[in-house]
Amino acid sequence: MRAALLVLLTGLGPAGAAELRPPPGAAACAGCHAAGAAMGAIAGRPEDETAAALAAYRTGERPASVMTRIAKGFSDEESRAIATYWAQVRE
Amino acid sequence: MTHPTRRRLLAAGAALAFSRPALAQAKPKVVVIGGGFGGASAARDLHRGGIDVTLVEASPTYVSCPFSNEVIAGLQPMQAQRFGYEGLARAGIRVVHARAESIDADGRRVSLADGASLPYDRLVLSPGVDLRFDAIPGYDSGAAEVMPHAWKAGAQTELLARQLEAMPDGGTVVMAVPANPYRCPPGPYERASLIAHVLKTRKPGAKLIVLDAKDTFSKQKLFESAWRALYPDQLEYVPLAQGGAVTGVDPASMTVRTDFSEYKADVACIIPPQRAGAIAAIAGVADRSGWCPIDPVTFESRLVPGIHVIGDAAIAGAMPKSAFSANAQAHICAGAVIDLLAGRPPGTPKLINTCYSLVAPGYGISVAGVYHSAGEVLADVEGAGGTSPLDAPASLREQEALYAADWYRTITRQVFG
Repeated sequence: MRAALLVLLTGLGPAGAAELRPPPGAAACAGCHAAGAAMGAIAGRPEDETAAALAAYRTGERPASVMTRIAKGFSDEESRAIATYWAQVRE
Repeated sequence: MTHPTRRRLLAAGAALAFSRPALAQAKPKVVVIGGGFGGASAARDLHRGGIDVTLVEASPTYVSCPFSNEVIAGLQPMQAQRFGYEGLARAGIRVVHARAESIDADGRRVSLADGASLPYDRLVLSPGVDLRFDAIPGYDSGAAEVMPHAWKAGAQTELLARQLEAMPDGGTVVMAVPANPYRCPPGPYERASLIAHVLKTRKPGAKLIVLDAKDTFSKQKLFESAWRALYPDQLEYVPLAQGGAVTGVDPASMTVRTDFSEYKADVACIIPPQRAGAIAAIAGVADRSGWCPIDPVTFESRLVPGIHVIGDAAIAGAMPKSAFSANAQAHICAGAVIDLLAGRPPGTPKLINTCYSLVAPGYGISVAGVYHSAGEVLADVEGAGGTSPLDAPASLREQEALYAADWYRTITRQVFG
């Protein structure tokens, strides 16, 4: 299922983000985290990496300027859904 | 929602099918009015979602308010604020440069100043703000040519920059800041900071008086702490409780009045109260406050069905009127419009805002928030968000200044690039 989706999205290019239907909160990420940004791109980043980063920001284990404040607004399940979504988006 | 569902795959397939010319007439039509951080972004998402979109924007060039305070202080060229719509046109979005004059909500049509009439299935308004030239006695559009508001970026920004540059050392700058709500809550204080920076570095005998119609403001502790450290001899802040509310201006004598004092200014920057952009009232989506009540899930107007309002014009509860918010709302609103047109219930959103302010070059501070729909309004998610720490090393301030510039590059490339 996931492989089929990726093929479809690759064909769509940047359209992927809209058709994939972002879970709550995910749509705002790209405002900062786009390709070439100092804050780091998240599209296509492995799911586990993003989920672990969000969890560490939430507990404060990983220091950050803004993400520690934002990550606290999302549960573990919501953070995982955001990570899953962005792992599948191709910019 | 941890795995892509079959429905989402089908939705993606349907969007592809819609892009075939033979089916073009079957596409639902959405008109977006206003080509700023909200409207231009909504138009992109709708287009990607297989909607037949027309973006209506009177101006051929967008001039960004974020970072215009840096232009006023001579830290950023004006050219870095201007964006054309070629990027949207290249993406396949129809952009019409005409003023929207009237809206027939029952017949679902928008009439343009050039005589054209655009039918829509749903309408998205992202009209930004209009300045209220009836709010401060003496401050009308003519007075703004002498005492610039510079609260809509463009010629006003350049005027204020020129006035500051030309002001003699020893001069007085007076700023008037309105009560809530208005576009960009921390913006006046960033501007005050950067004007104070100009005075400190180039006109050490000059001073800035900030007259505020309220007592508390965004990132207040961070600003006040920075002002004490950086600009003790430049910046005098007068809150409402100490008579900060401006009750009138006289451009001929360059006088700014409060209930208690008269201030003679060499440069006066008067930021008046605001309301939703004029088309909101014409469409009937603005209430008596001048702003637009909306549903927090779809951003559909509570007053007129079929019309959605995003960005500064909307009453978005705890979300501030910022470019970041407008952009975040655009994504949510566009998704909801696509859902509604497809007969699907829209999902429950969560939104994010982050606003950076510069208090000096290389010294940035931020406020962030996470929002969810709580009953009738967009409310803060408890425990999340907040401002930069009050006690932080210079390295963090420097990092946030860099992030501010990076956010601006990224967001403008996404919206207009």
